[in-house]
Amino acid sequence: MVKTKTNTEDYLRMYRQMVRIRTFEDNANQLYLSAKMPGLTHMYSGEEAVAVGICEALKVTDKITSTHRGHGHCVAKGAEFKEMFCELLGKEEGYCRGKGGSMHIADQSNGNLGANAIVGGSMGIATGSAFTAKLLGKDDVTVCFFGDGATAQGLMYEVMNMAALWKLPVIYACENNGYSEYTKTEEIAAGSITARAEAFGIEAHQVDGQDVLAVNELTQDLVARARKGEGPFFMELMTYRYHGHHVGDINREYYRSKEEEQDWKENRDPIIKFRSWLVEQGIATEDDIEAMNAEVKKDAEEAVAYAEAAPYPDETEVDMHVFTDIKHALA
Amino acid sequence: MREITLSQAVNEALAEEMRRDETVFIIGEDVAEAGTPFKVLSGLVEEFGTERVVDTPIAEPGFMGLAVGAAMTGTRPVVDLMFGDFIYLIMDQLCNQAAKTHYMSGGKMSAPLVLRTNMGATRRSAAQHSQSLHALVAHIPGLKVAMPSSAYEAKGLMKTAIRDNNPVVIFEDKLMYNDKAPVPEEEFLIPFGEANVKREGRDITLIATSSMVQVCEAAAEILAKEGIDAEVIDPRTIVPLDEETLIASAKKTSRVIVVDEGHQSYGITGEIAGRINEKAFYHLDAPVLRMGAMDVPVPFSPALEDITVPTPETVAENARKLMSGEMIHAA
Ligand SMILES: Cc1ncc(C[n+]2csc(CCOP(=O)(O)OP(=O)(O)O)c2C)c(N)n1
Ligand SMILES: [Mg+2]
Repeated sequence: MVKTKTNTEDYLRMYRQMVRIRTFEDNANQLYLSAKMPGLTHMYSGEEAVAVGICEALKVTDKITSTHRGHGHCVAKGAEFKEMFCELLGKEEGYCRGKGGSMHIADQSNGNLGANAIVGGSMGIATGSAFTAKLLGKDDVTVCFFGDGATAQGLMYEVMNMAALWKLPVIYACENNGYSEYTKTEEIAAGSITARAEAFGIEAHQVDGQDVLAVNELTQDLVARARKGEGPFFMELMTYRYHGHHVGDINREYYRSKEEEQDWKENRDPIIKFRSWLVEQGIATEDDIEAMNAEVKKDAEEAVAYAEAAPYPDETEVDMHVFTDIKHALA
Repeated sequence: MREITLSQAVNEALAEEMRRDETVFIIGEDVAEAGTPFKVLSGLVEEFGTERVVDTPIAEPGFMGLAVGAAMTGTRPVVDLMFGDFIYLIMDQLCNQAAKTHYMSGGKMSAPLVLRTNMGATRRSAAQHSQSLHALVAHIPGLKVAMPSSAYEAKGLMKTAIRDNNPVVIFEDKLMYNDKAPVPEEEFLIPFGEANVKREGRDITLIATSSMVQVCEAAAEILAKEGIDAEVIDPRTIVPLDEETLIASAKKTSRVIVVDEGHQSYGITGEIAGRINEKAFYHLDAPVLRMGAMDVPVPFSPALEDITVPTPETVAENARKLMSGEMIHAA
């Protein structure tokens, strides 16, 4: 890892954010396993360096679009545990008042335009957000997160073409975790992923998605250039998801081996890697780190307890928010 | 008679038809080794190989379009669309291409394909994985639409669909995959356009599709205890629609409720109510009532989701009102 910032605070915040994501997911998984969470959810564990490396290079006013595997993006862009857990449990105080749930969590206050349950569904939205910035003369940059599987969607090629033609300040961030659902990427993606962006004249980079500093350094550079009108850009971040495709995907040896999972977890974990770097560099002691971990763990446990006790929305909310200017659509 | 699940019934129908006709093939996401997320197709790739059970990239318009072309040139594709909600992505290929090929070519070409997909809320899957969108395709001339209400129908209708020379869309309720029903071991087909009178009754007709058949049967039980004798009819296919059976029942009982899980407005319930109005008006003692899903996107929160769909209690409640004449005064 290469030292890219001089500010100790920044490094510690990056570490903390990665731990917050992992801890959030561990708790979410537990909620599922104990049948306390309605429906299913997709864990971001293992991919923390991607969301954190990228979002730490963004301002609050910059926008992101997220995916079905979206808790990591949401946390990294600044969301609070309480509102997130409330949303996962369908409670009134959730970010979306319980209407969206895990797959639609959005946090407008921090520029998160929302998770999306349609694979590739946010590519148009991200490009449109960049269009707004250009039209209104703002210096906002938009990052579009999506998986390797989503590169099969035609929409991606339609919007990349327009983004390139119109030099829009958007960064397409492909989180290549090697799988789309229960299928290996190489079985469903022909040729090279970065070459597809390059075909539109978009500058494309492949980066180690387990190295938060590498991700952050590249993103800082691209964001700065996108702000100057040199966009769009494309990043392929090589990463890995630790859990199944969703929390219920437990028996998965038919599509990937336990050894492979073990290897990524033991030898390429983004948090372990960054932690030892912080200690090596004298930025934090083991004790500092343990204290930080414990604090995050406590925060998460408190937020879960809060969310469990929180009320569901009142039934009268069911026909609210169908239209913006009509309080109850069916009244 | 032996009982099998709806999922096994679909699997058997496909296997039998694939053995009978080597031009039948399955195409979609994670259909082969994974056997779909609902495990409906498990075992088929082992028997028929990856050439006839084809895993695709996440490219719905692409594989739908490919299926249309394959169907036009001598094969019988069964397209697997993982969630009914993704039908929006393939609308052009389905509605502009497949549905119109025969007509536009003056009867010279056809697209004998089956689109298998699902419907149904209350699975806590939120707004983009819970919709029942059969009305959208039923609106398009050239497409047939089947809605199995149990394992028996799922098998018989699937076999008929595969042999039909037109594009057929089958909506399976995703909450019913594990529901068992008696299904004969001997081969059988269920012709399209033949409604099934699930329960005979004198006082009121409940016309129901898919999982709403169960709901109406349960409502009929409740009503029977109160001395109201309800007839329950399952049209089984909504295109073609067995108007004759529905009209005859309306004339007999003089009161009708149509229950369906699509949104109530501009849906199947309105269409069926309209036909009964046109053809049985002078036999009716009350307005024909529509009961669909509430006209809101499906909310995630269980507290809200459960009140968006008809239940045995709400159907029974409306039946009582029709019987007591309350609705006549309201109208
Ligand atoms: C349009 C569409 N097709 C299919 C799905 C079902 N689905 C959900 S996630 C997923 C795999 C996505 O893979 P990838 O984009 O690599 O993201 P990852 O899950 O690996 O993060 C699929 C096929 C969907 N939600 N939307
Ligand atoms: Mg992936």
